[in-house]
Amino acid sequence: MVAFFSAVLAIAMSFAAGLSRLSKLWIVRTVTAVYVEIFRGTSLLVQLFWLYFALPFIGIELPKMLAAILAIGFNFGAYGSEIVRSAVLAVPKGQWEASVALNMKPWQRMWNVILPQASLRMLPPFGNQLVELIKSTSLVYFITMADLTYQAMVLRNNYISWTTEILVLLLLMYFVIATLVSMAVRLLERKWTAGRL
Amino acid sequence: MNAVVIDAFAGAEVPQPDPNPAAEVKPMVRYKGVTKSFGDLQVLKGIDLEMQPGEKVAVIGPSGSGKTTMGRMLMTLEEPTEGTIEVDGELLWHMQEKGRLVRANEKHLHRMRCSVGMVFQHFNLFPHMSVLRNVTEAPRKVLGLSKEEAEERAVSMLGKVGLDDKLKMYPANLSGGQKQRVAIARALVMRPKVMVFDEVTSALDPELVGEVLEVIREIAEEGDMAMMLITHEMDFAKEIADRVIFGADGLIVEQGTPEEIFDNPRSERLQNFLQRFRSN
Repeated sequence: MVAFFSAVLAIAMSFAAGLSRLSKLWIVRTVTAVYVEIFRGTSLLVQLFWLYFALPFIGIELPKMLAAILAIGFNFGAYGSEIVRSAVLAVPKGQWEASVALNMKPWQRMWNVILPQASLRMLPPFGNQLVELIKSTSLVYFITMADLTYQAMVLRNNYISWTTEILVLLLLMYFVIATLVSMAVRLLERKWTAGRL
Repeated sequence: MNAVVIDAFAGAEVPQPDPNPAAEVKPMVRYKGVTKSFGDLQVLKGIDLEMQPGEKVAVIGPSGSGKTTMGRMLMTLEEPTEGTIEVDGELLWHMQEKGRLVRANEKHLHRMRCSVGMVFQHFNLFPHMSVLRNVTEAPRKVLGLSKEEAEERAVSMLGKVGLDDKLKMYPANLSGGQKQRVAIARALVMRPKVMVFDEVTSALDPELVGEVLEVIREIAEEGDMAMMLITHEMDFAKEIADRVIFGADGLIVEQGTPEEIFDNPRSERLQNFLQRFRSN
């Protein structure tokens, strides 16, 4: 749950921030740069604590779930924005020029010509990020959310002598999830590239 | 009432064939004192040039003479540093605002670009689209044609360049010559009034140059579209062009009919340039 929604938020933020950083307006660029630097430059765990434990002091109380989704989504969105930005910049200049020559409007150039090509380049690094994101959801344990790690810990308290087995199982479960995601991304990549490059 | 109608008709009949039609017709393109600098480097130092509707103008000259920049300005890919460009009687890069000339906004450029098309040296086909989609994309999204109309137009245009059997292929699977022919169809399908061909054969293997030139020759013979052919193919320029322009060091050094330019070059620069070409 946390992983899914924070991944959706992270991807949305990646595109929003990645494209904003390429904006013609300096104010948009600056605001986005500040967001990216803050969320990249501080620890995810601290951001999580901040959203969950510090915000109530200034009168904003977030449910655990929302705090977790926001922290993870914004944090990975900040990293993802760099992926989007560099992938868009990596599309050859000639593609922009051809779309100008065909009189497309700026958003049509981006949406119909540049982004489809850039997304292909984004796919492998986004796959990495997604795996990283899934693993980082274990941090929500610290704001007492009942995720996989939390369950394992509960289990461990009850069967303390099985600690090794339980933690090995926990590792395995993360590993399986991560592997499935990697495979899905690779499949998608192959499908999009088919016959085109 | 009748009398008025007859008068109107009579009036329409009056103009006699002009001995110098070029003077009557509004030029399709007009460069006025156009310069372009990239940082400290001035690549165009004051270009004045007119192209008539349907006129085929070849632009020749050594590399770095600013030929390509000239064409790119017409396609609104490069903004002039000074001077103005008019297309079909209207300013391209500027517009009137409260009686002053200001820099054109995107909306103005969008309207003006309807009249201009361009084919690039490196094709710049969209690699993620099939051949057909490359040619239908802009008619559908920009001109607002339906899928059927756009495809009909695209297929007939691809037929003209001899590629209507490759509709489903992707650019990566085409030869350079085929890619360039698709690019030509993609530009033509927008029906521009003037088209820039920017060294369209320079990136091709020698054996593929012919098929592309053949297509351009056919388009030129159809007539009504003005063409700016920036090229290193001297024989081709001589054959196709109504007028040849020789540019060097950011200036138009000499211009005239193909015969004047190739058989009777006046300036020393042009003589040297042609000499070098022939000895190659």
